[in-house]
Amino acid sequence: MAMTATQKILARHAGLERVEAGQLIEARLDLVLGNDITAPLAIIEFEKLGATRVFDPERVVLVADHFVPNKDIKSAMQSKRQRDFARAHQLPHYYEGGDGGIEHALLPERGLTRPGMLIIGADSHTCTYGALGAFSTGVGSTDLAVAMATGKAWFKVPAAIRVVYRGKLRPWVGGKDLILHTIGRLGVEGANYRTLELTGEALAQVSVEGRLTMANMGIEAGAKNAFMEPDQATLAWVDARTDVPYEVVRSDHDAPFEATLEIDVGQVEPQVALPHLPENARGVSQVGDVAVDQVVIGSCTNGRLEDLRVAAKILAGKKVHPWVRLIVIPATQAIYRQALEEGLLKVFVDAGGIVSTPTCGPCLGGHMGVLAEGERALATTNRNFVGRMGHPKSEVYLAGPAVAAATAVRGRISSPEEVA
Amino acid sequence: MLLEGRVWRFGDNVDTDQIIPARYLNTTDPAELAAHCMEDADPEFPGKVRPGDILVAGRNFGCGSSREQAPLSLKAAGVACVVAASFARIFYRNAINIGLPIVECPEAAGAVAQGDRIAVDLGAGVLRAGEASFRVAPFPEFMQRIIAAGGLVPYTRQKLAKEVQDP
Ligand code: SF4
Repeated sequence: MAMTATQKILARHAGLERVEAGQLIEARLDLVLGNDITAPLAIIEFEKLGATRVFDPERVVLVADHFVPNKDIKSAMQSKRQRDFARAHQLPHYYEGGDGGIEHALLPERGLTRPGMLIIGADSHTCTYGALGAFSTGVGSTDLAVAMATGKAWFKVPAAIRVVYRGKLRPWVGGKDLILHTIGRLGVEGANYRTLELTGEALAQVSVEGRLTMANMGIEAGAKNAFMEPDQATLAWVDARTDVPYEVVRSDHDAPFEATLEIDVGQVEPQVALPHLPENARGVSQVGDVAVDQVVIGSCTNGRLEDLRVAAKILAGKKVHPWVRLIVIPATQAIYRQALEEGLLKVFVDAGGIVSTPTCGPCLGGHMGVLAEGERALATTNRNFVGRMGHPKSEVYLAGPAVAAATAVRGRISSPEEVA
Repeated sequence: MLLEGRVWRFGDNVDTDQIIPARYLNTTDPAELAAHCMEDADPEFPGKVRPGDILVAGRNFGCGSSREQAPLSLKAAGVACVVAASFARIFYRNAINIGLPIVECPEAAGAVAQGDRIAVDLGAGVLRAGEASFRVAPFPEFMQRIIAAGGLVPYTRQKLAKEVQDP
């Protein structure tokens, strides 16, 4: 019987010939991930389990990224718990500070995530790695604890929805715009408990970085995992980062999809999602006159090199609006270094922007740009929930780096066409 | 298990940033988390919630981040059970894993109001609100075993102990 790629990966890791949607299985894990917020809780549970060793130190990745460099004493204590654990268990993949960055940008960059793998992470945006043809999904701290001890986790095999992208991309439209538009069509619960398989010939025009952005936001439609079949571009990207062998898995041509959504990308202009849900997406021309106090370019969604290049192209030789704080956060230290070498950081600073060391920071209202009551931000992050970036009476609008840079210059939500 | 309590009503898409805002994620202490539980959705909630209260919400409860601090803060605040029209996936999984009873029941979510008293009989799969009673879907057997053990950690500990005895 035909299977989706997701079903095939789950079946292989459960030691089964085939699995069906709805089936409960126990599967072997290739990689497990925690961070400075979720791992401390998982470590407490790990100890309650009576576990003394992690199942495989090579396969447990811990990243300090949310509140780092530590924003206060309490977060320093949390980070330390994770750091002590990583040291005690001699985990080679512990990242903090000068060789670190935001987990979902960092792991692919280090070649730790590859096609065909089964990955769980105690972070909802673990779905990012589906862009490389892996099955990866977010779980909680207890799942992480058990996974670190046993190398296994339980799963309910998901049914699947397919999104097919066709047509030719319009100028300034990237992965972020496509996924915001898709979430707008599906709704924030539209793919709950399901696999979202993103496919179609138009994706060839989206860079691998842009595809990581798309898979990253699968969770904002409720999806368990987002999956994209690797093409030549994906494989070249992966091969440039690792020589560990992997296996490419594809959905059968007659695989069971519950529903198919077709999107003509030629109809999609740069998108903005209005507060307070990612599904409130519309074309930037439909947003109206909205002034902002802050613009953030960064996060695991859009803090990659390509995003910084797009923003710098618009900001070069221009000034940030006097009443706007522009905060630019390269997602990893490697991206930071490359942006430095290419002169991108100078463009941001010359324009009057603030450049931060890699951190999640303002994305979750942690630090480095927390909003006051009544303040409004436009951000390249992935969530605009109530209070996400600070005060419960602040507002977040979501967009890609082109709209963000244009908005920083004009002080109001703007199309890149208006400044470029 | 029979749970009877006073209802707190919330709407659709209550995300984990509302259940426990990220500014409080610099701790894992359940009591501290409970002190800020739901405060961005209803600032009075942490002060007025009493042990045994039941939270009733609309669709997609618990969407957003994977923070287990969300169900933990509810449990520590004394919430006995969460009833919703539907749950986001990771929240559902986390609640089961930490042993917080949660029940999907769209009919009840549409029918009960703030302050009502309701009773949830998990074993029989019934929710009663005044004269009305609603069926709730029972958990799959595998999840019942996790809940019966008191969560995924005790469940796994039992399993590991068994593997040591008869490998
Ligand atoms: S950048 Fe934002 S969404 Fe991404 S891992 Fe950090 S807090 Fe989560």
